[in-house]
Amino acid sequence: MQERTNDGPPLTQPSGQIDHLAALYRQMFLIRRVEEESARAYALGKIGGFLHLYIGQEAVGVGAVAALRPDDYVITTYRDHGMALAKGMSARALMAELYGKATGCSKGLGGSMHLFDVEHNMLGGYGIVGGHIPLAAGVAFASKYRSDGRVTLCFFGEGAVSIGGFHEGLSLAALWKLPIVFVCENNEYAMGTPLSRTMSVEDVSMKALGYGIDRDRFFVDDVLEVEKRMAEAVSRARELSLPTLVEVRTYRFRGHSMSDPAKYRTPAELEDHKKRDPLTRARALLEQNGYGAERLAKLEAEVEAEVQDAVKFAEESPEPDPSLLAKTTYDGPFAA
Amino acid sequence: MERTLNMVQAINDALRTEMRRDPRVVVLGEDVGKVGGVFRVTQGLYEEFGEDRVVDTPLSEGGIIGAAIGMALYGLVPVPEIQFADFIFPGYDQIVSELAKIRWRSGGEYAAKVVIRTPVGGGIRGGLYHSQSPESLFIHVAGLKVVCPSNPYDAKGLLLASIRDPDPVLFFEPKRVYRAAKGEVPEEDYVVELGRAKVVRAAQGAGKAVTVVAWGAMLYEALAAAEQVKKDKGIECDVIDLRTLWPVDVETITESVKKTGRLVVVHEAPRTCGFGAELVSLVCERALMHLEAPPVRVTGFDTPFPYALEMEYLPLAHRIAPEIVKTAEF
Repeated sequence: MQERTNDGPPLTQPSGQIDHLAALYRQMFLIRRVEEESARAYALGKIGGFLHLYIGQEAVGVGAVAALRPDDYVITTYRDHGMALAKGMSARALMAELYGKATGCSKGLGGSMHLFDVEHNMLGGYGIVGGHIPLAAGVAFASKYRSDGRVTLCFFGEGAVSIGGFHEGLSLAALWKLPIVFVCENNEYAMGTPLSRTMSVEDVSMKALGYGIDRDRFFVDDVLEVEKRMAEAVSRARELSLPTLVEVRTYRFRGHSMSDPAKYRTPAELEDHKKRDPLTRARALLEQNGYGAERLAKLEAEVEAEVQDAVKFAEESPEPDPSLLAKTTYDGPFAA
Repeated sequence: MERTLNMVQAINDALRTEMRRDPRVVVLGEDVGKVGGVFRVTQGLYEEFGEDRVVDTPLSEGGIIGAAIGMALYGLVPVPEIQFADFIFPGYDQIVSELAKIRWRSGGEYAAKVVIRTPVGGGIRGGLYHSQSPESLFIHVAGLKVVCPSNPYDAKGLLLASIRDPDPVLFFEPKRVYRAAKGEVPEEDYVVELGRAKVVRAAQGAGKAVTVVAWGAMLYEALAAAEQVKKDKGIECDVIDLRTLWPVDVETITESVKKTGRLVVVHEAPRTCGFGAELVSLVCERALMHLEAPPVRVTGFDTPFPYALEMEYLPLAHRIAPEIVKTAEF
């Protein structure tokens, strides 16, 4: 692993900022708790198939979305639970989708990798690695075409950087000067293979050079730092209509998916990363800066209630009706 | 010597057998090396054959298949793994435009001896990115052979036959029965010839009978349905395991239909333009006057593969049995 280059700054925030940090902490904590509960439901067989947890990476999605306007677009990978919640999807709609229930955000027909929320301009999770990156360029093109002032944030892992879609998406965004930020969440492992075995150059942000676009690169310790760094790129997109490639170095605490015991890394490596958990750090900053134990406990209790409510909602919701399969995709219940 | 293996172990055994025998054989793909593949099919190969022959690749299906074609043109025998059949489409251009056409467009000067292994089908609640059965998209491309074993014995023998075949083969592994299907697998080297179907259950007596054609994981559903209709209605079935989808063993199917006069084809893929349509056509061209009932397809639906409702979407025994009865009683 490379030397860490930005062991985050101390929090010296003006008053009011503490409440902002609390709001970001709340989101991160909600994501963590929703995912812990979903892992439990998976172990009980209530959620099936594939479940890719964001645990450990929450500060990326939360910090990045904090730098956006509510009407900006987010498009991401199959590891999409955190992003959907950060963008405003309810825990109920998410959990019901994981359970495959009719009340889920995609009516239970998609599952974990298919979190769409048109109200919040959450353009979904995508399961084919890198396949969504040219789509993101198209979304940003539409914004530029309509002059709607919106920015598109496109997330992907470092594993996506070797596939054609990544290069096609960056190529077009650079050529057309699109208002987009490409965010590579580099969590060091493409499924079970470390990046040293799949990439000739470890610094993903250098791919920006070939396309003549701006780049940034930093380690994720602190959610406020993520917000600040992302805000620069978002501003470049919004004010100048120029794309940026941002590589954030992060780490997932769980396996690639629930079926991956992650034996390809040592317990010591994992523990080392857990010591720098941005969630723990945000909580400590709140404590150190006088947010108050009572308010913190109340915030966490609220989140807990929200999570339990979502689980109950998912448990009690009905399955989709088999008649959904009777018609074809285009004359069925989702026809235009 | 015989041992009981599952499909994963049998395929691993075939790869090991051929890599020991033929130094030209290399395996490449995502996580196939140190990790041993997401389904552990290539487990232990990296340790035995080293990183020159068991090659971890980036996530780059077009690159994996493109590079495999190049290797094959100059004498290697690559066996790339695509982690899920659903991920094959970034490499589809290479398969359709190059792999399938090299022999033809070079006038036989070059052949691309490549076997693409990939897990296929539903049944693991994988949703639409991990459940599809795209076989007809490859059968339709002239120049490709397409194989789908249902059991460990066939898996080993068909994979060895595929690797020794001079032309490109898509080798679909039904992941629903990767570990569930177990059977005796000889330690020795053997092949199961490509292009040969197998009648795995034969209709008895002179009563009403139906020919049921299936492959991969759905073979077991066809067999369960055949057992059920025998018990419930006394209907007999010839159940045919296709094993090689293309070139298809149309003779075995036709021969059976000429006896039974009835045909039911089962597949997981959506109905429209699925391989069932081709099979029905082939049989009609050869045995129309023998048919006692319209041929029937029991298939997936013309929708993307759903996360919920998977057990309705798949053509399981509870959907096959009533269609066998209807065909018999037509």
